[in-house]
Amino acid sequence: MKEIGNWALDVAALRGASYADARLADDCSRALSTKNGKLGGASDSESLGIGVRVIADGAWGFAASDDLSRAAVEATAARAVEIAKASARVKQHDIRLAPEKAVTAEWTTPIQIDPFATSVEQNLELLLKIDSELRSVAGVTLAEANLNCRREEQWFVSSEGANLHQTKYTTGVGYAAYAFAGSEIQKRSYPNSYGGQWQNKGYELVHELKLVENARRVGEEAVALLKAEQCPEGVFTIILDGSQLGLQIHESVGHPIELDRVLGMEANFAGTSFLTLDKLRTLRYGSDLVNIVADARQEHGPGLGTFAFDEEGVPAQCTPIISNGLFTGYLSSRETAHTIGANRSGGTLRAEGWNRLPLIRMTNISILPGEKPLALEQLIASTDHGIYMETNRSWSIDDKRYNFQFGCEAGWEIKNGKRTRLLKNSSYSGITTDFWNSMDAICSRDEWVLWGTPHCGKGQPQQVMGTGHGAAPARFTNIKVGSAYKGN
Amino acid sequence: MLDKNQAADIFERIKKHSTADEVEAIFYGGRNALTRFANNTIHQNVAEENISVSVRAAFGGRTARATTNKFDDESVKRVVRSAEDLAKVQHPDADLLPMPDAGRSAGPTQAVPSRHFAQTAAITPEQRAEVVGKIVAIAQKRKLTTAGIFSNSESVEGIFNSRGLADWHTQTSSEVSITMLGADSSGWQKANSPDVANLDPIALAELAARKAFHSAAPREIPAGKYTVILEPAAVLDMVGFMFYDFGGLAVLDQRSFLNQRVGMKLFGGNIDIWDDVAHPLQSGSPFDGEGIRRQRLLLVEKGVVKRLVYARATAEKMKASEYKDQVGLIEPTGHGFPVPNEMGEAPMNIVFGAPEDPKTIDQMIASTERGVLVTRLWYIREVDPYEKLLTGMTRDGTFLVEEGKVRHGVRNFRFNESLLHMLSNVEEMGMPVRASGEESFDMVVPAMKVREFNFTEVTKF
Repeated sequence: MKEIGNWALDVAALRGASYADARLADDCSRALSTKNGKLGGASDSESLGIGVRVIADGAWGFAASDDLSRAAVEATAARAVEIAKASARVKQHDIRLAPEKAVTAEWTTPIQIDPFATSVEQNLELLLKIDSELRSVAGVTLAEANLNCRREEQWFVSSEGANLHQTKYTTGVGYAAYAFAGSEIQKRSYPNSYGGQWQNKGYELVHELKLVENARRVGEEAVALLKAEQCPEGVFTIILDGSQLGLQIHESVGHPIELDRVLGMEANFAGTSFLTLDKLRTLRYGSDLVNIVADARQEHGPGLGTFAFDEEGVPAQCTPIISNGLFTGYLSSRETAHTIGANRSGGTLRAEGWNRLPLIRMTNISILPGEKPLALEQLIASTDHGIYMETNRSWSIDDKRYNFQFGCEAGWEIKNGKRTRLLKNSSYSGITTDFWNSMDAICSRDEWVLWGTPHCGKGQPQQVMGTGHGAAPARFTNIKVGSAYKGN
Repeated sequence: MLDKNQAADIFERIKKHSTADEVEAIFYGGRNALTRFANNTIHQNVAEENISVSVRAAFGGRTARATTNKFDDESVKRVVRSAEDLAKVQHPDADLLPMPDAGRSAGPTQAVPSRHFAQTAAITPEQRAEVVGKIVAIAQKRKLTTAGIFSNSESVEGIFNSRGLADWHTQTSSEVSITMLGADSSGWQKANSPDVANLDPIALAELAARKAFHSAAPREIPAGKYTVILEPAAVLDMVGFMFYDFGGLAVLDQRSFLNQRVGMKLFGGNIDIWDDVAHPLQSGSPFDGEGIRRQRLLLVEKGVVKRLVYARATAEKMKASEYKDQVGLIEPTGHGFPVPNEMGEAPMNIVFGAPEDPKTIDQMIASTERGVLVTRLWYIREVDPYEKLLTGMTRDGTFLVEEGKVRHGVRNFRFNESLLHMLSNVEEMGMPVRASGEESFDMVVPAMKVREFNFTEVTKF
């Protein structure tokens, strides 16, 4: 594969590129699902190709092809240079890249069980067993379960001499129960909504999640929601479970810290950011308890944003994003690092596949757990009056990432330190910095989970990326609750 | 690029390697290129060539598929084996139908106009850069910065199966999306068409620039219920959230807002909605994921939901279900997704009916005592699936209208609005146009003036 990449680099140089890199990727995935006791879907997919990124005349060009013959690869490289020269017709400045040492390295996600080596028959049996448990609950009208795995093998070579070979494994599994009655549809999911839990792990993830053991409870909660009280409207103390807090981090921290958004590069589609450059090390983003990092290193955990090198050959790093409440860092690339005075990229340039230009993307954007031991039940016990919300149901935030609204599948009223009645249609909303400054407690390491968000969209053409978000349950005060149903 | 004859040859090789009772191949992909600009600079500029084949194997009630983008003999053999291995380990499903034959695919339909335009396919990076240069010049003249895209593509979609069905569709597409940004304001416009001759990037840039200029120094007005004038892209991004519920399987699964509501008047008497792949402003292939020809259907007539769409298997299930007498006409309509799948089917070529007395947006503004003009909506998500309560934000050009005139830009709102409520409160409509947004698939929709639209919060810009 390195030889194929070098064909592209040679032609790019010959055509006038001042910089070039080539990524070849062999991407395999499997998706299994069941629905109401039957197969929902069963598919394997593979995709192999090359993407060539060049700078010529001070501007970017990118071309990709599924044809790995020498003639096609060389034509693809030539096309990338032609495109770069066209880009140069409308430019304000020449591209300059922060220096990065070119290295030769190999890395593979450490897994215990290759998910592709497991029995499809047994996997379908597992999903059907879950399905059966969910539908054993009277009132469950729809049961869905899914199991997904992916292996991305990638070779990266650059005109600066980088030579990298990485293989990344991802596993995702989860299920949902729906209950329809009267004029309502309610839903409960496990371990998370929208496909469950996803990590850079092998099949061992499936064994860890106690999937069958939780299915009946999940079904029962879906049905119970139909008869639950409506979540009240007003201002409350709320406690969010770790999976919901993970999505809150994704939307109200992860996206606004993307330096390409801050610099206006996503203005037409994903939007910009309220985190203008003057806010670095001056903005009080959250309370003193808020410590958030962008950490792609293996030691952070098996998140969907874990790797050894990003897609321009920069090693994985840990960047402090919010330190004791102070805003301290952006997600950056070799092209953008200089705009924040950095002499090196933060290593966050990632691509969906061989056919997409790498963009600044979240890695694992995680809130650090509290240092003092604090379990969820202790946190609830220390709360006089509030609402505990669990598992995302809807999410929305403006294009500068100020105003958000989230809905959760289930809520429970907290009274005098006790979780009491179940509440349906719970939602909360607010302004990003007000929200994070209202955090007054977070659970400790025992409650911390590295959640996966597998379907984050960004870019034109749009790319879907997996990101990781470590989080523990946390408490927020004076939060507006229930606006979603106001006036309806 | 792969043509139908080459695909047919590949399918012969697929059949040769297959041991399944039945086998199907879906080809898709092509060439696409996209020039992206921001800060008055082309900052990303890409091109891609990629075609894949998805092979479905079926053995007596068991089926699965596997996909590859490699067509050499070893890869073809491997993808066939993968599909067969996934299928063989399943429990047989009595509801799985045999693949349709060529006769079954014909169906009642009308001719779909050619959607392949050589001049769209032939656009070069230099030509895209030239257009972007003109857009940037407009931005600079107005002391704005601009961001957006100009793209073109040429794509194929084909289906073959071992019962003799063979169908093929080629088309081109071109798209322009432009954001103009001022210090504290922005404006946006977007359009696409199979024929690049239908696009006018300069006019779009001028309009986006005017919106950015006129929405400068936005003022905050309180959240609440307002009369809104939704431009077509905003209408599209809202209504797109309901059409997956028009699939028969969504009703059988009881996950649709149409559960127990087919035949009811859910919207205003001025709402007619068709699904019509052959409409001159529509796009896409004339056959569905099983190769069945798409029918033209009246889904909503005078606000009454008349019928659902069906894949073949869903139609059979519905006929045997307790709902069979409650959902109108049941027949395969050519709206199925590739089998196997969990979603069933959906209408994807939506065309709103023209109103009796169409109004321009200027006329809607002129007839409005107090309201809000909305250019674009953003990050729309479903809050309540049965009431079709949606939340989202306004973006890139939101204006206060008073006494028949656009007064000034306003800070963007969050809305929480039910689609049932919204489409029951449409006071005026424009002529439907081909619109393109970011939250839904393209469709032919009008601008709408809607009373009592529910804004619940205001953001900080």
